[in-house]
Amino acid sequence: MLLRIKKHPIIDFKDSERISFYFNDTKLHGFKGDSIASALHAAGIKKLTTSLKYDRPRGFFCGIGKCSSCLMKVNKVPNVRTCIAPLNNGIRVETQEKLADWPDVEFKSKSKETANVDILVVGAGPAGLCASLEAAGQGASVLLVDENQTVGGQLVKQTHKFFGSKQEKAGTRGIQIAIDLENDLKKFEQNGKIKVMMDSTAIGYYEGDKEKQHKFAVVKREVYENTLYEVNCRAAIFACGAMENMLLFPGNDLPGVYGAGAVQTLMNVFGVKPGKKVIMVGAGNVGLIVSYQLLQAGIEVDRVVEAMPQIGGYHVHAAKLRRCGVPILTSHSIKEVYGNGKVEGAVIVKLDNNWQPVKGSEEKINCDTICLAVGLTPSTRFLYQVGAEMEFIPEAGGYVALHDDSMHTTIKGIYVAGDSSGIEEASTAMIEGKIAGLSAAISLGYKKKGDSSLKKQHMGELDRLRAGPFGEKPRIGKHKISKLLGKRHV
Amino acid sequence: MKKSAIVCRCEDITEEEVLKAIEEGYTDLEELRKKLRIGMGPCQGRVCVQIVIKILEKKTGKKVSKISIPTSRPPIIPVPLGTLASDKDEK
Repeated sequence: MLLRIKKHPIIDFKDSERISFYFNDTKLHGFKGDSIASALHAAGIKKLTTSLKYDRPRGFFCGIGKCSSCLMKVNKVPNVRTCIAPLNNGIRVETQEKLADWPDVEFKSKSKETANVDILVVGAGPAGLCASLEAAGQGASVLLVDENQTVGGQLVKQTHKFFGSKQEKAGTRGIQIAIDLENDLKKFEQNGKIKVMMDSTAIGYYEGDKEKQHKFAVVKREVYENTLYEVNCRAAIFACGAMENMLLFPGNDLPGVYGAGAVQTLMNVFGVKPGKKVIMVGAGNVGLIVSYQLLQAGIEVDRVVEAMPQIGGYHVHAAKLRRCGVPILTSHSIKEVYGNGKVEGAVIVKLDNNWQPVKGSEEKINCDTICLAVGLTPSTRFLYQVGAEMEFIPEAGGYVALHDDSMHTTIKGIYVAGDSSGIEEASTAMIEGKIAGLSAAISLGYKKKGDSSLKKQHMGELDRLRAGPFGEKPRIGKHKISKLLGKRHV
Repeated sequence: MKKSAIVCRCEDITEEEVLKAIEEGYTDLEELRKKLRIGMGPCQGRVCVQIVIKILEKKTGKKVSKISIPTSRPPIIPVPLGTLASDKDEK
């Protein structure tokens, strides 16, 4: 129980219903609302699986169902992503050694269902939620699909207040924005315009009649029983977010090396401390904000190391950390992480002007958690499948689908919004979502008076948000995207 | 095992293995995938592809935009076969 957060200045972790479950025959308990992995973590179990060739211990890295390092056997069903699977009473969780055993279980899949909607929205984070609301507001029918148990995407762990102007919810905490959007969503659920499918994943694209209709397969998980949905839609909006970047250093796969998002999920969603002493890698906004959130959760942050010669994030955040006595070391990096079965310490090293380690500058530090905040890569696997034209745009964080200023890709009826379209902020993701939702609905004939001025207003908000010095990177990225699109489609 | 960073967590591929394969002449993502199974595990390349792109760029001098990404196919997450094979609702 040592790893449960008791006191928190912002979040009130109320005691919820106690749930007991088995981990390899040991009876443990967690709380309602836990994921399997968060309950295991709170019980001190970080090793979830063993690696395929070298028998290395593995725990989850991303904590949001993307890295697949958390696969375990649950009630005999192998390959369950335990970081996003809900904890239920009496379940049996077992480690699966390397490849899963031949499953000794009857898979109770229900009959296939069909859903016909105007617009499919993949991802219920800030972009997907806003896209759904805007499209439904125009009168289109929407199916919103998300892998998690609750809507909000990464907003549900953003305990800090947002920057920007009032219009874009500045001064409001991300967790509150998620609640506001969820309330708006409920109104549309009641009038039947939006159908929400949580704990569900869009797993594949199957060419319908591309001109008029798109066909997707979606799997809905219900207490380990799945339903396969054939979804036919006239337009689809991909708001799938992003994946945390991994760094290369020996020991980078040890349990206890987490992405910053995973650390936030553990402490701000589940109320579980990721560890006792953390080294943060990366002094961009994510690294700085998460470091401060770690302190708020009562966890020691030993130091922040940043490979660049200067701090990347807002100086307000950096100053806050320094006031709390956390040193931020620029031109420093992780050389190696060591430990027997889990993180026990790290060696950090100074870098010279050519990014090379300075000999003799190594320092060994004891710690149990390494948090990587070294950027994100847009989640775009689906856009490849659909056949959208992709380009590598470094300022956008990697390969992205080319899209116009209505967020429309090169495939008719396929839109993109938020981090999937280029790494940026939650505030811009929300507006991109609105633009995508509005544009998709209009293209299907759901028009209203004042549509074009509303769209212009959204675009104006985007420009304002990107106007500052920290908006430079996305501004360049988005400019490159539209330039490339123009070149290809003159 | 020598101290080496892990590139692909699913298939347990180290940085050393990737570098060796590049030296042997496997110089794009598709070839490396076929040689080492990089990106073919349950995460479908979500962790490793961006790392391998960086290694390839550094080792071969190729422009990232010239390194093509492996094909993405359904299903994008592990799904029990029973689910994929579930039949039409007979009501």
